[in-house]
Amino acid sequence: MLSGVLILLGCQLAGELIVVALGMPVPGPVMGMLLLVAGLLVLRLKVPDALRRVSENLLGHLALLFVPAGVGLMSHFELLAREWLVLIVTLILSTAITMAVTGWVLSRLMRRMIGEEEK
Amino acid sequence: MTSFWVYFAAQPLFWIVLTIAVFMFSRWLNRKLGGLSLLHPVLISMALLIALLLLTGTAYETYFEGAQFIHFLLGPATVALAVPLFDYFDRIRRMWLPILVATLSGALVAVVSATGIAWLLGGETRTILTLAPKSVTSPIAIGIVEKIGGYPSMAAGLVLMTGMLGCVMAPWVFRLMRIDNDMARGFALGLSAHGIGTAYALGVSSMAGAFAGLAMAVTGLVTAFLVPLLVSLAGL
Repeated sequence: MLSGVLILLGCQLAGELIVVALGMPVPGPVMGMLLLVAGLLVLRLKVPDALRRVSENLLGHLALLFVPAGVGLMSHFELLAREWLVLIVTLILSTAITMAVTGWVLSRLMRRMIGEEEK
Repeated sequence: MTSFWVYFAAQPLFWIVLTIAVFMFSRWLNRKLGGLSLLHPVLISMALLIALLLLTGTAYETYFEGAQFIHFLLGPATVALAVPLFDYFDRIRRMWLPILVATLSGALVAVVSATGIAWLLGGETRTILTLAPKSVTSPIAIGIVEKIGGYPSMAAGLVLMTGMLGCVMAPWVFRLMRIDNDMARGFALGLSAHGIGTAYALGVSSMAGAFAGLAMAVTGLVTAFLVPLLVSLAGL
């Protein structure tokens, strides 16, 4: 259990260091995730039990972790009151279009690929 | 009684306990109401907590002194996405070309549609700029908005709203577009609705979750380079 926590925090720390050192626009935890995948692949490891348990626990409650930042919306009532219509229409339309295009492109391309493999 | 409240309201622990309790209540309420995606537990929790803070005259900063300990876990949770990614790595490697094409087209559509629609509706320039990276996970989005001159603190809120709207609309979008495999569903959720979409995809299946986590990571990378480029091309 503890070693799983150590691996996650260690990768995050390494990610933060790399991002700052190279002046990259990517957040540290995303870099940490890439490092951990790369590490597991290079070392050809199975995921250690402790790491799997901690990760599944964290990811099982991912939605909760967004609440504190979400409550921060209360600091922006003024801008929201002024531009709420533009914001809400844009968010709804743009998110739906993005999701539809991405899912459509990927499922179409995958279907074609699977079709070719079968030939 | 009042001094009692003042004492506890100043304790970080109080706000941690409250956030978890409110979230559990919201999740219970959501299930009770038949799991309506319109009443996402994060949305109910936000509404309840904001109402509570306003009613008690508590500043967001005071609340965040406690809630930051929950917020902090977002970092290790992002790293933890490496586990489902690793589990499904073989499948991802076989699909690398479709994934690349879907990422580039999806990231481009996200930025162009958000800025385009806001511009057509007559949004202020700074609002339009703030909307540009709305589909990207909040730490990346905040960095991008700082760079191009929007409202960084507002970006986090818009990103969260995007995530929740994405979860609300996902069942309809998938039915309408006949997207029926978990890999494409997960990927579309992660690309358009980042971490909240990924949390939703993990509930669909662990494979959908893996593809959502992948989409969130690569979209963040691509958008961080794409948005500043597009903004300079548009001459803003």
